[in-house]
Amino acid sequence: MQIPYTVEERPDTGLYNAKLGVWLFLASEVMLFGALFSSYILLRTGDPSFMIVPHAIAEQLGHAGHGELRWPAELNVPIAFVNTLVLIFSSVTIVMSWASLRLRKLDKFRLWMGLTLLCSLVFLVLKAVEYNAKFSHHLLPGTANFLAIYFTLTGLHALHVIGGVVVNGYLWGPGAKMWKSDPARFTNRVEVAGLYWHFVDLVWIFLFPSLYLL
Amino acid sequence: MSGHTAEEIRAEVRRYWLVGLALFLLTIITVAVSYLHLSAGMAVAIALIIACVKGGLVAGVFMHLISERQAVYALLLLTAVFFLFVMLGPLGGRLGGVGG
Amino acid sequence: MSVLEKQPPEPEAHEHHHEEPFWRKYIFSQDHKVIGIQYGFTALIFLLVGFSLMLMMRWQLAFPGKPIPIVGGLLGSANAPGGIMLPEFYNQLGAMHGTIMVFLAIVPLAVGAFGNYVVPLQIGAPDMAFPKLNMASYWVYATGGVVMLASFFVPGGAANSGWTSYPPLSTIATQGQTWWLVGMIFLITSSLLGSVNFIVTILQLRAPGLTLMRLPFFVWSQLVTAFLLLLAFPPLEAAGVLQLMDRIANTSFFTPSGLVVSGEVLDVAGGGSPLLWQHLFWFLAHPEVYVLILPAMGIVAEVIANNTRKPLWGYRSMVYAAVFLGFMSFIVWAHHMFLTGMGTTISAFFQTTTMIISIPSVIILTALFISLWGGSIRFNTPMLFALAFLPMFGIGGLTGLPLGLSASDIHLHDTYYVIGHFHYVVAPGTIFAMFAGIYYWFPKITGRRMNETLGKLHFWPSLIFMNGIFMPMFVQGLAGVSRRLYDGGMQYDHAQDVLQWNSFMSYSAFGLLAAQVPFLINFFKSIRWGAAVDSNPWRATTLEWAAAPSPPVAHGNFPEEPVVRRGPYEYSVPGHDSDFLPQHAAVQEA
Repeated sequence: MQIPYTVEERPDTGLYNAKLGVWLFLASEVMLFGALFSSYILLRTGDPSFMIVPHAIAEQLGHAGHGELRWPAELNVPIAFVNTLVLIFSSVTIVMSWASLRLRKLDKFRLWMGLTLLCSLVFLVLKAVEYNAKFSHHLLPGTANFLAIYFTLTGLHALHVIGGVVVNGYLWGPGAKMWKSDPARFTNRVEVAGLYWHFVDLVWIFLFPSLYLL
Repeated sequence: MSGHTAEEIRAEVRRYWLVGLALFLLTIITVAVSYLHLSAGMAVAIALIIACVKGGLVAGVFMHLISERQAVYALLLLTAVFFLFVMLGPLGGRLGGVGG
Repeated sequence: MSVLEKQPPEPEAHEHHHEEPFWRKYIFSQDHKVIGIQYGFTALIFLLVGFSLMLMMRWQLAFPGKPIPIVGGLLGSANAPGGIMLPEFYNQLGAMHGTIMVFLAIVPLAVGAFGNYVVPLQIGAPDMAFPKLNMASYWVYATGGVVMLASFFVPGGAANSGWTSYPPLSTIATQGQTWWLVGMIFLITSSLLGSVNFIVTILQLRAPGLTLMRLPFFVWSQLVTAFLLLLAFPPLEAAGVLQLMDRIANTSFFTPSGLVVSGEVLDVAGGGSPLLWQHLFWFLAHPEVYVLILPAMGIVAEVIANNTRKPLWGYRSMVYAAVFLGFMSFIVWAHHMFLTGMGTTISAFFQTTTMIISIPSVIILTALFISLWGGSIRFNTPMLFALAFLPMFGIGGLTGLPLGLSASDIHLHDTYYVIGHFHYVVAPGTIFAMFAGIYYWFPKITGRRMNETLGKLHFWPSLIFMNGIFMPMFVQGLAGVSRRLYDGGMQYDHAQDVLQWNSFMSYSAFGLLAAQVPFLINFFKSIRWGAAVDSNPWRATTLEWAAAPSPPVAHGNFPEEPVVRRGPYEYSVPGHDSDFLPQHAAVQEA
């Protein structure tokens, strides 16, 4: 007996196994990031000085005597803005790679998936530049709770991006061999990887304003 | 339900690019608004509304949730309820007393 | 009318698969049956480890300051110089007993072992939906277990801040706490992989005709459990990551400003909230209680229906109750926090939800009790354990009510009463159900039955000693004796009148150890020399017995795909020549 519904949809649920599986996984991810956002809100509303750069650190950053300095002003909005656009663009490219497979064009798939991978790498490099600048100014997770939240949330998000790079890289490279043996299943795999990737994008869409802009 | 004919898929592709464009514009708007120095409440409200619209577009169109099956809706509804619990429960600890 | 008995063909007929190498077949296997057995053995070993830690604690409580016999000399001078336990070591034992029992023994046994082995068989599926994920889930669990055990050997020993790991105590604790957090992240990952797999398997791989309302109750209990694991564990994972950051990156998520430790203010940014950890921890840990109990209820329901030879009374209401129980378990967590200075409004809310959640538990228990009514009960070993589960879980559940009311909880919080309450749920409750499951499904896995006499020699002493351990805890707790006391309360005046129970409980614990000897003999002996049985020795209706040989076909379980025609518990249906009507059997008009 073979495991049923790996490719075709089960009539009563309307889903194939991997699609239900990935939505369940994303549901648990929602709870993971939900708890982290909840912690952020609780800590931020519980501590009146949460968003304010302590005086000693403000001086060290060269802001002495300019009044109250808020943490988001220390974050690099231009980089994060570009990164947001990069991730959004990668969401378009990965959905294009799926559409290419459904139009039975493997070369187009490789192109769009390759662009998705490129975008992810750009995102990670920009993230590394951003982190490096923080570290060189001695702004570490332990410096203040805002930075602790900033590093933890963006760090976990970056780990998710790396996870996506691994999966998408596999589908772009060795995994694409499946296109010859079982094209329908391969298309499903790309759809499911896309669902995950969009979720990573979606998390960033909330992280960006709540960390950098507010 | 996503289409199966080549024509339907091409129509979908056009929609993807439009949504991508909309997301670009909304991102620019969010950043622009943050330079207006609005009151804290107003700024949070606008930023979160825009983020929700963007999130809705990603989930609805890119993750094609608008044409997804009922099983997925049920799952996400359940998750949304528990998401609210985990967001509000810890904050609720402050109601009617000290805590925090 | 007569039942066309479809005796499943013998497994030999289907052994035409090519031989796999040993490591693929038994170590990195993707077969749910092998993985289930792997989970079962590992979990039973951890059950024994957790039990041993408890025995050492019980020795210390009964005979404070006396060297521990036999193992005392092996514990090392950092833990027990001259065999006499140090308080720090007692704290390690307490924290690790809880952690090992909950996360490494009972959940893996209930879900990993029974769920993995039985669920695909009961729904007529060839395997789990994602066999590779299933394998990964086991090995990630095993890694987490190794990390937890290894933590005993790092400087300062294992985690010692209680299984709840409350900060700021855990933030400033020794290195073992970091290992605990890393181990937990492995275990959480494993349970995530497992829960996704279970839900997809149950929803997608049901045999034709097996509608949701025809699922055996055990499958329902596993489905609800998987949802709890899926959605309640991630907040603890988040909390674990935050605590890890507090410990290794010097952040202050859970550290308030100006915290003084050993006379000095901690050098951290501050501004954190210790209560945040408690919220996130209990957001998992309360649903976790139902993760422990739901599969147990599922096993007991299977065994009771089979041995009363009657349909379960109120199957539908049991299903709805289990689903409602699962849902409500997400909004009761803060009843663990009534004493934290949390606001009264929210206390009232959580007190109300806690009272409401007792209703579905009572519905399930009542339905199981009524199922006994008028049945001609077969008192075999699995049935004895299942029957004992009912009052034991009843005691555990009902003693929880005073803890759920914020007023009475002020007196009872953190006393031995709490220990008595949840151990009644988990030890003579869940563990008895696990034993029922082992005796019940043993013939399915091995094709041999366990010995009944040894089984009864296992059951009766276990029942007596379990109560001997836990009943006095209520007495001590009501007298106000706190939990986690290294000397069992000797230093407190108010504990003097109930101190004599300490040695009574400890002797009962040693007796409980002795009572497991017949089980161990029976278990290992029966694998080789147990009485051989046919494929359906209990004359059961569910697919795992009725449609598959014992043991099931190595690849794909069933000789042919079963088609389900009726509900799970069609016992003693009038007008048939046998007293059970398998779910898939075709009935011919006479």
